[in-house]
Amino acid sequence: MSAVEKIKADFASDQEVRWCPGCGDFAIFAQMKKILPTLGVNPEDVAFVSGIGCSSRFPYYLETFGMHGIHGRAPAIATGLKRTRPDLQVWVVTGDGDALSIGCTHLLHALRRNVDIKILLFNNRIYGLTKGQFSPTSPPGLVTSSTPMGTVHQPLHPLKIALASNATFVARSVDTNAKHLGEILRRTAAHRGSAFVEIYQNCHIFNDGAFDFAKNSTIRDDHTVEIAQGQPLVFGKQRDKGIRLNGTELEVISLGEDYGEDDLLVHDEKADTSAVAQMLAEMQHPQMPEVIGVLRDIQLPTHNDLMPDETVSADVRAQKLKAILNSGETWAVKN
Amino acid sequence: MQLAGSQVALTSALLGNDIATFPDYPAEIRAPKGTPAGVSGFQVHFSSETVMTPGDSVDVLVAMNPAALKSNLSYLKPHGTVILDGDAFDAKGLRLAKYEQNPIEDGSLSSFQLVEAPITSQTRAAVAEAGVSHKVATRCRNFFAMGIIYWLYGRSLDATIRFIDSKFKGDIADADKLALNAGWNFGETTEAFERSYYVPAATPLPGKYRNVTGNEALAFGLATAAHLSGKDLFYSAYPITPASDILHRVSRFTECGARTFQAEDEIAAICSAIGASFGGAMGTTGSSGPGIALKTEAMGYAVMLELPLLVINVQRGGPSTGLPTKVEQTDLFQAVLGRNGEAPMPVLAASGPSDCFATVIEAWRIACKLMTPVMILSDAFTANGAEPWLIPDIDGLEPIEIEHPGVKTDDTPFLPYQRDDLLSRPWALPGTAGLTHRIGGIEKENGTGAISYDPENHETMVQIRSDKVANAQQLFSPVEIYGDSTGDLLVVSWGGTLGTCREAVKQSRETGQKVSHLHLRHLNPFPAELGAMLNGFDRVLVAELNTGQLRQLLRAEYLVNATGLNKVRGQPFWIEDVKTAISANLGQEN
Ligand code: SF4
Repeated sequence: MSAVEKIKADFASDQEVRWCPGCGDFAIFAQMKKILPTLGVNPEDVAFVSGIGCSSRFPYYLETFGMHGIHGRAPAIATGLKRTRPDLQVWVVTGDGDALSIGCTHLLHALRRNVDIKILLFNNRIYGLTKGQFSPTSPPGLVTSSTPMGTVHQPLHPLKIALASNATFVARSVDTNAKHLGEILRRTAAHRGSAFVEIYQNCHIFNDGAFDFAKNSTIRDDHTVEIAQGQPLVFGKQRDKGIRLNGTELEVISLGEDYGEDDLLVHDEKADTSAVAQMLAEMQHPQMPEVIGVLRDIQLPTHNDLMPDETVSADVRAQKLKAILNSGETWAVKN
Repeated sequence: MQLAGSQVALTSALLGNDIATFPDYPAEIRAPKGTPAGVSGFQVHFSSETVMTPGDSVDVLVAMNPAALKSNLSYLKPHGTVILDGDAFDAKGLRLAKYEQNPIEDGSLSSFQLVEAPITSQTRAAVAEAGVSHKVATRCRNFFAMGIIYWLYGRSLDATIRFIDSKFKGDIADADKLALNAGWNFGETTEAFERSYYVPAATPLPGKYRNVTGNEALAFGLATAAHLSGKDLFYSAYPITPASDILHRVSRFTECGARTFQAEDEIAAICSAIGASFGGAMGTTGSSGPGIALKTEAMGYAVMLELPLLVINVQRGGPSTGLPTKVEQTDLFQAVLGRNGEAPMPVLAASGPSDCFATVIEAWRIACKLMTPVMILSDAFTANGAEPWLIPDIDGLEPIEIEHPGVKTDDTPFLPYQRDDLLSRPWALPGTAGLTHRIGGIEKENGTGAISYDPENHETMVQIRSDKVANAQQLFSPVEIYGDSTGDLLVVSWGGTLGTCREAVKQSRETGQKVSHLHLRHLNPFPAELGAMLNGFDRVLVAELNTGQLRQLLRAEYLVNATGLNKVRGQPFWIEDVKTAISANLGQEN
């Protein structure tokens, strides 16, 4: 196999992958390598941009163009890149600390502008690279290196923030749920506009088991609801439970004698408003099962569509530039 | 008042006078009216000879209220003319300005030629026929005052009438014109003026001219540098005084391929520009001191990435929020030294409004040739001041040649950090097959660009980045000493103080003093010939609007016993400041 063929087979670079063995990042990386060759893009037309943190090493391991950024700023870097290079497929890889603490502003603004970039937030609810401090998504009470008595802060919820920022594609998946994650990544790649995906990622070194309810195959079906367009929200190992809209609240009901599938909320990722999607994002373990899948997928003009950018030839540019320089009141001085 | 000042300047320039302006306004958009804090001033210097500065002191002061008189009277020359709006010198006006007695009556203005014009009431009467509101009528006062000035200096009203027609409509335009004419007529009929002046045209180089402010010239320079390098300009910024005008300007250049981005903050502004540069565009950003502080980490990142980038700092009074609309040169250390790690980048400073144009083009040439971020320093004085500008013929400017590596088909690895003669690395663009590579803030192995924590390699890379920036010397435009290349004293200055320092040295030389002047555009690295130039003089005087930043850098670099002329008052130098310091350094009375 020539070098080029080899790259096209899985897009992997020759760099040694340096996450802790067993880290959830490996599973996500494996899916990415699987889907990239199927997208019909050349490696040189793809750019991965990241911030700082364990997840942000991602770009080094792929044989595409890549920028390992500074802490929290990947969405801003990617915005400038996409704005001036609309032809590239631009991905952002970030983590909960990177995207929701130091770089929260950039995330909100990239999403609300609908910049055509694909943002993957690996949420492990902890700071890994700096050795285990609580993160903005850590649940209250979590004992960490900087909170020996447990954290007291209310966590931020990535999906709620993405929806509130009017992101046009919002989804969630789980690192080890290979089939589901692969499908979500494929849809993310296909979306035109800001796509935001929260991926539950286990950091077994500093926050092991944070997502057992969603990962452990023996219990996950009872604690997660896989949503799909036009389908009622059914879940449970026996598919015997569902989510119903009761007044203005969502509730879990048992299917059977009293209720049937007709009583359940039917998922609409194309809804005009994000109100129901917000309610789905609000569902939290252990009180409620958590949703995985695409919460929202709508089409709106992208940042590049809306900006008055013009591509001009050198001749036209010279001509326009001369007109600009010579505009306003001018006067001639003769010899 | 800013509008009135710029119109007087434009009219004078159209008549062929050389001009320089100094707008001086409060930081607040609607500062308390009538108080000394709320005074918005505009100084115009026009002459039939070359004008280097807006002038130390003025021949004519127009004061629209007592506060304006109080805060500016000290700039009026002895026996100069002061034109006052007599209507504004009522009890309330005097109280707001904290005058115990009315200066019109107490004889304190007796050494000046005092012209008390009932500007407010006459304006209202004049614009009555336009049928505008009381508020609008009052706002026309500035046009009335301009009319007086135009009469006094025999200027045509045409340019300002054209301006009014293009800017305003209907009643408002009518009222403005009525007020302007009424002011002119007042000048002609009143007997208060002793004479009306006539200022003939100056004789500058032949060509086509326009007025330009520093911020305009920066915007023009950005667009022109983009054209010369065949790039799309990407200018990204967050609003900040006094740099915002660059963003306003460039956002009107979309038709020549410019893209602007008003980012969510200063950090996003520079980071998006870095992203644009990675993609192959001309990534640029601009701000002022506090914003530059926020961009610091990203500048270090750009140093590490070795990507071309322009960072413009329109300096203002600091630290912190400081004096947002006033001039200082206090960010030199920040520009040269203010990053973590060994993170050198070239620093260039513009010497005045029109020089901003050439400085940007030179900076972008260096950035592309050396794959490095470059800092451009301007200042509030340069940014807002205007002067006539010989419009360049862009076809005659030297192109900025950039070579991007092409598609690579063999199996050998691409080396993103391979060095050329100047130690620069290739600018390999996304979308080019065979060139895929990753860059980032972690130390890179020289050549391959792979992550490297190797001690040897790190030291090599630190040295390469430093030597590469030093190589900028080979790309610099030449420096020249004004005056003799040896003598008793060399005045060294940089940035927006060129006009004042040059004029002061010129006048001092005319009195026989052996003084020369060196004005620096290149502050990091210094020009190669600088050490030898300093050696030609017994003494070196460094004039700058800070407490001695360039002086320290020169002393450290050249072990030269330089002394300083320093001023940190939010104001430019006056010619007298510099002349006095020259004489003191030569042990003479001024
Ligand atoms: S610290 Fe945690 S997140 Fe980071 S690489 Fe190790 S397991 Fe993965």
